[in-house]
Amino acid sequence: MIARILALVLALAAAPALAIPEIQHWTTGNGARVYFVHAPELPLVDVQIAFDAGSARDGDRHGLALLTNGLLAEGAGEWNADAIAARFEGVGAAFGNDAGRDMATVGLRSLTDTTKLEQAVATLEAIVERPTFPVDAFERERSRLLVAIERRAQDPGAQADLAFYRALYGDHPYAHPPGGEKATVAALTRDDLIAFYRRFYVARNAVVAIVGALDRKEAEALAERLTDQLPSGEPAPPLPPVPDLESGREVRIDFPSTQAHVLMGQPGVYRGDPDYFPLFVGNQILGGAALVSRIFDEVREKRGLAYSAYSYFRPMRRRGPFTAGLQTRNEQAGQALEVLRETIARFVAEGPTEAELAAAKANLVGGFPLRIDTNKKILGYVTMIGFYGMPLDYLQRFTERVQAVTLEEVRDAFTRRLHPDRMVTVVVGRSEE
Amino acid sequence: MLRLVPLLLFALTACATHPPRPTAPDASAAAGPVHERVLANGLKVIVKEDHRAPVVVSQIWYKVGSSYEHDGITGISHVLEHMMFKGTKRHPGGEFSHIVAENGGRENAFTGRDYTAYFQTLAKDRLAISFELEADRMRGLLLDPEEFAKEVQVVMEERRMRTEDNPQALTGEHFQAVAYLTSPYHWPIIGWMNDLEHLTVDDLRAWYDMWYRPNNATVVVVGDVDPEEVFALAEKYYGPLKAAPIPEVKPRREAAQRGERRVTVRAPARLPYVIMGWKAPALGRADADWEPYAMEVLAAVLDGGLSARLETELVRARRIAASIGTGYDLYTPRREVLTIAGTPAPGHSVDDLVAAVEAQIERLKTEPVASHELARVKAQVVAGKVYERDSMFYQAMQIGMMETLGYGWRVLDEYLERIEAVTPEQIQAVARKYLVRERRTVAVLEPQSTARTGDAR
Repeated sequence: MIARILALVLALAAAPALAIPEIQHWTTGNGARVYFVHAPELPLVDVQIAFDAGSARDGDRHGLALLTNGLLAEGAGEWNADAIAARFEGVGAAFGNDAGRDMATVGLRSLTDTTKLEQAVATLEAIVERPTFPVDAFERERSRLLVAIERRAQDPGAQADLAFYRALYGDHPYAHPPGGEKATVAALTRDDLIAFYRRFYVARNAVVAIVGALDRKEAEALAERLTDQLPSGEPAPPLPPVPDLESGREVRIDFPSTQAHVLMGQPGVYRGDPDYFPLFVGNQILGGAALVSRIFDEVREKRGLAYSAYSYFRPMRRRGPFTAGLQTRNEQAGQALEVLRETIARFVAEGPTEAELAAAKANLVGGFPLRIDTNKKILGYVTMIGFYGMPLDYLQRFTERVQAVTLEEVRDAFTRRLHPDRMVTVVVGRSEE
Repeated sequence: MLRLVPLLLFALTACATHPPRPTAPDASAAAGPVHERVLANGLKVIVKEDHRAPVVVSQIWYKVGSSYEHDGITGISHVLEHMMFKGTKRHPGGEFSHIVAENGGRENAFTGRDYTAYFQTLAKDRLAISFELEADRMRGLLLDPEEFAKEVQVVMEERRMRTEDNPQALTGEHFQAVAYLTSPYHWPIIGWMNDLEHLTVDDLRAWYDMWYRPNNATVVVVGDVDPEEVFALAEKYYGPLKAAPIPEVKPRREAAQRGERRVTVRAPARLPYVIMGWKAPALGRADADWEPYAMEVLAAVLDGGLSARLETELVRARRIAASIGTGYDLYTPRREVLTIAGTPAPGHSVDDLVAAVEAQIERLKTEPVASHELARVKAQVVAGKVYERDSMFYQAMQIGMMETLGYGWRVLDEYLERIEAVTPEQIQAVARKYLVRERRTVAVLEPQSTARTGDAR
């Protein structure tokens, strides 16, 4: 088996020429950072503005960041929600917004046709710079967020996720979900949103990412236009570091589902973490690679215990979670959890084999072109690089950094950073009695 | 509208995929040269050049899916899709996926009601790997009984995750089963649990031998390739496979509906949910060819974005719906239905929501759609044709699906023109003809206590 795999791999060692996007970077007059990739092939442009205004900035008003972000397109300048939607969709533009724990974004995909782009950009500009937070829209969207919280409460996977973050992060601002909780959302006021907007939707707290068929001058004008009426303001203050877990902890939640949802993990890596590449490459072997990881093999291939079984590091501004998970029918939750636990413990104790490491690197290096084969994917990278202040040549150096990872580095990083005896375990499902 | 991808099951994704939003960009083919060839054994090969990135998408589509099945073996096409990753004589065990992974590829497979498809995305110089592996497993599958015993358990876990523990999906399954009494669209793609429990490896072997033949498949390649080189590679790897007679599938047309149907689903949940659906013909099955396109535009008028009627009126202005969406797919040979599904806003009942939707339907029948609404739909279609070119995968998916459903990929090129030709009168006509109570099915989720605390603090 291995011989045949190697023969196929070696036959194709010469990689095709790949144009890795060059990221141009500048700062607008009032301090917004701009990251631009010129992509002339298709007559379209994607632009996304990321503010350091995610739910980690909620304070004790959980849900504030998400609701603020959600209200932006509900009224801006002279337009109400109907007019805003009609202005985008009337020119075939697609508007999107979202808020996670770190980042709150607004974005647009539009044709570059001058008239259409002008209408879409003028609308986006108003949304970013002149939102009006109409009272009726505020009440409606708060009520819809409460419905979303109810929907979350009927989803065992979402319940596991909530409990996992709470146990992992304790008092840290990453602990609560971006959607907030019933009580905190019900208590939000329109003034809270306006104050949050004024504090965090400012130029020096913004990153503008642009990918598309614009030239540099056009991109500069676009970025300037989308931010020039924002106050310069101040960047958001640093978030507190994430403390280590002092001990392992198990959380069990009784839920009337046929399956138990199992999550295990601990605080993992931050963007720019020096251990990132050894952990990222190592995790491909442990549970990151689709269909061929150790966790997939032990849980699904060898035992048929679950449909989905995985692990990942989610790098964030501060240490995001390392998460391993699966879902299995209630009766075999104990067995599946044991397999998961042992697979992680063994990997941390022994590290990967040379063959596994070579295979993981071959996958990441050989598959690199697939990471940047659409404008959408490139926009994602550009936003990430800008928001987290990663080097502009991150993409250029990606494969070289993967290649440089050694067996010893993987073993060392996993031993220092993952502690199988001090993990959070969450099981949501029917209790065994 | 504009939702090309109907319900699919991905065999191997690590996470549940979200259903496509009803406002997903459009369903038409991008400009660009498409080349087509049929090998002597009947395998059709379609190549579309796209030179934006040194990448190639390779898909193979088989004409088999849950609508080819019958009672007692429901879900077999999807289980077989899972087993296709479990080894051949030449590449035993999980070697297939290891080879793809070590070549930097991404792969998966999906089963629908009318097709089963497998794909790899690779650097452009590695297309041969995809062809070698796919040709090998088209005829060389081992179907080991022990592997089957484990994998069918995996599929049952998948069913628990997607359906049993998801009250809205459970409601959808009941809707489908009641709306379709005699057609094979009656059962879910993943199959009934009891059928999964009684599948055997011999059932799978028979199913595999029946459908996995070159003359029942279409290979679609989109990427930075030279078509002649692709055809030569296809000849090399797929050429030696032998054709065989493919069984004829009985039509099993749905018997005429004689009055409204209603079904209630009681399941652990916190929110009510309702699905309303009206039988409405798909392309190729309507009295006139313009009808499905008129229905497509009608669906977009209701729900083609945030400026469409349901969002504007039911969600924003009247606050009767917390969320609502419309589904219609003009490219389904047998699942002919327009659905509207939603959750009432707090303070409103399912009945309120149903009444509000009925009023919207009535309005479609009595009042011509405004020109600015049609202009918006058209602008979205025009833009969508450009946006979709950002994804080679999506382009390949459209071609493969149209071929496998029997429409042929050229139907995609007609889309814009046919949509532009739709008139307000035609929309009124299809609303009056099809969106009537006699053709309607309503499924209602009645939440039962989730009997727990947890999140509701």
